Amino acid sequence: MSSAATKLPGALESVLMPLLNILVALLASGLVVLALGEDPVVVLSLLIEGAFGYEEAIGYTFYYATNFIFTGLAVSVAFHAGHFNIGGEGQAMLGGLGLTLAVFWLGSSAPVLSIIIAVFGAALFGAAWAFIPAWLQAHRGSHIVITTIMFNFIASALLAYLLVGPLQRPGGQMPESSDFPQGTALPQFHELMEMLGISFEQSPLNLSFLIALLAAFGVWFLLARTRFGYEVRVTGQNSDAAKFAGISVPRVTVIALMMSGALAGMMGLNELLGEQLRLIGNFTLGYGFVGIAVAFMGRNHPVGIILAAILFGAVYQGGAEIGFEIPKITRDMSVVIQGLVILFAGAMPHLFRRPVSALYARFADKGNK
Amino acid sequence: MEFITDILLLSDSTLRISAPLILAALAGLCAERAGIVDIGLEGKMLAAAFGAAAAAAVSGSPWVGLFAGIMVSVILALLHGYVSIHQRGNQIVSGMAINIMVAGLAPTLANAWFSLGGQTPLLDNEARFTAINLPFAKSLEDVPFVGALYSDLLSGHSLLTYLAFAMVPLVAWILYKTRFGLRLRAVGENPEAVDTAGISVTLLRYHAMVIAGVLCGMSGSALSTALGAGFIRDMSAGKGFLALAAMIFGRWKPVPTLLACLLFAFVDALQGRLQGVSFPLIGEIPVQFTIMLPYVITVVILAGFAGKMDAPRASGIPYEKDR
Repeated sequence: MSSAATKLPGALESVLMPLLNILVALLASGLVVLALGEDPVVVLSLLIEGAFGYEEAIGYTFYYATNFIFTGLAVSVAFHAGHFNIGGEGQAMLGGLGLTLAVFWLGSSAPVLSIIIAVFGAALFGAAWAFIPAWLQAHRGSHIVITTIMFNFIASALLAYLLVGPLQRPGGQMPESSDFPQGTALPQFHELMEMLGISFEQSPLNLSFLIALLAAFGVWFLLARTRFGYEVRVTGQNSDAAKFAGISVPRVTVIALMMSGALAGMMGLNELLGEQLRLIGNFTLGYGFVGIAVAFMGRNHPVGIILAAILFGAVYQGGAEIGFEIPKITRDMSVVIQGLVILFAGAMPHLFRRPVSALYARFADKGNK
Repeated sequence: MEFITDILLLSDSTLRISAPLILAALAGLCAERAGIVDIGLEGKMLAAAFGAAAAAAVSGSPWVGLFAGIMVSVILALLHGYVSIHQRGNQIVSGMAINIMVAGLAPTLANAWFSLGGQTPLLDNEARFTAINLPFAKSLEDVPFVGALYSDLLSGHSLLTYLAFAMVPLVAWILYKTRFGLRLRAVGENPEAVDTAGISVTLLRYHAMVIAGVLCGMSGSALSTALGAGFIRDMSAGKGFLALAAMIFGRWKPVPTLLACLLFAFVDALQGRLQGVSFPLIGEIPVQFTIMLPYVITVVILAGFAGKMDAPRASGIPYEKDR
């Protein structure tokens, strides 16, 4: 497979190849649907209709995409530093805890201030939860993949404890907190549009989407335009070279992973401060894991991550719609589709390199003659 | 006397809980010794648990279940092998993809086939691997000490538990005493050298993945047809990741890995026993904290020694012949 090294023009590389991979993933999903005895074409059209067919659906798609932008950026910042942060789930849970505490602390006296502090609280708690695995990786060489996974389980148990104990809604039976105080919520998209005089169907899409886009810009700026970003990338590419260049590898590792944790932690803004308006157990629903796929499909570039996040948002929202229409295909099916997209588009980016580059070479030759 | 009974019960559940962990950890060990990081142990376990439970439920035979579990797991292992070996894809992403895919696919199929909300039917004892009484267990029961040790502790486990313990020396023998094992270890340390000797790196790594698949298949089958009686959603519950941690703690060696698995299983068993027990001074520990225990201990253990030092040198790195 020497062709793996062939350089293709940018458009083929970053548009055609991922699209082909997604196509195969959808075909494989179609086979699963077929095996369940349903019509793949009907299911696919339901999925697209459910994701983009009407304003509310689009709102939901971008609402889910917001989660994936945060977790995808989180994975990619860590990856640029040469590490795998699989702890997005746990960091998001702690981020949710951070923003909840901020909201309950100040929410009833100063709602607007509490929202601002909640944003930082989410980032801070997420970063703090990433700190221990980061420090252990940098100073003890503990495998970050294992420690972050363990921290996911620990976070889940911690949240479960808090939500049936100190933080549980008084008199409540469910593992959830009281409702956030009145007025402490991020404005929703349809409310913002209304202010501009445009009507848009109600959906959970909220201000966090813009915060996510800002975060994506911030990540790009940090990595591509700052000295620290340069140090992160050198460390990720070759930590020995970084060390000889006078970069403190442990310091860069810890800071980069904490930034990663902060981004994951901010996912809670969308879910909790944007829609649920209370802390619920296991609200992360695997979004942290999907972030890995989003980062890889987006080639670890913020723009790519946003696009990949929208794709996963569409699969998520469309998949939920299928469940309503065809009872035999439950919401689990959208998890299957996600897994297949991760497999084909995330883990096998070179699947079509050989045929595509062969075709390209043929056409390029003809063009020269 | 109550104390001794406690110890016996605890050791007994430790042995029972450890079986799937040991099998999965050995699977991860075989894959990583050959240079492939397999974070998809969790997914393979879950898939095998579903395959075994579904086949056992339909056929009524645990053996058919075990076979189906192993087949499902081997197919997924080969898929991971294809991504890692032929596609030179990212092995962590591939493993996670398999985990996520199975987490969705198993309940989807269960729901479509059995309509029980993502579970398989409860298995009768004929369709499960039930307790086996070792020879003379009955007659030795009343002998002091020996009886307790042999009849209570060692006897009365399922076939898969005994098999799990038998796999440890077998894997160790294959790895360290056979030519195949030498090559397998070499391909994880220095694939260029293996290639130069005229041995196929690709083939060896696929072999390793098949072995990992078989072991992981047994592990998943143990979950649903020996420890449990049917498949339930997310029944692997992080055991694949714990197995991975046990393998790292065991420094990629079979016997230390077995000991690490026993430690994790012991903590898990202890966790079960601690629930609802009141302690002096601190009182009753909330159940969520005892659930945390195995994970916290894993982190502490991994922090206690430099884990990256002993990893097979080529693990996680795709081999490129023409570099």
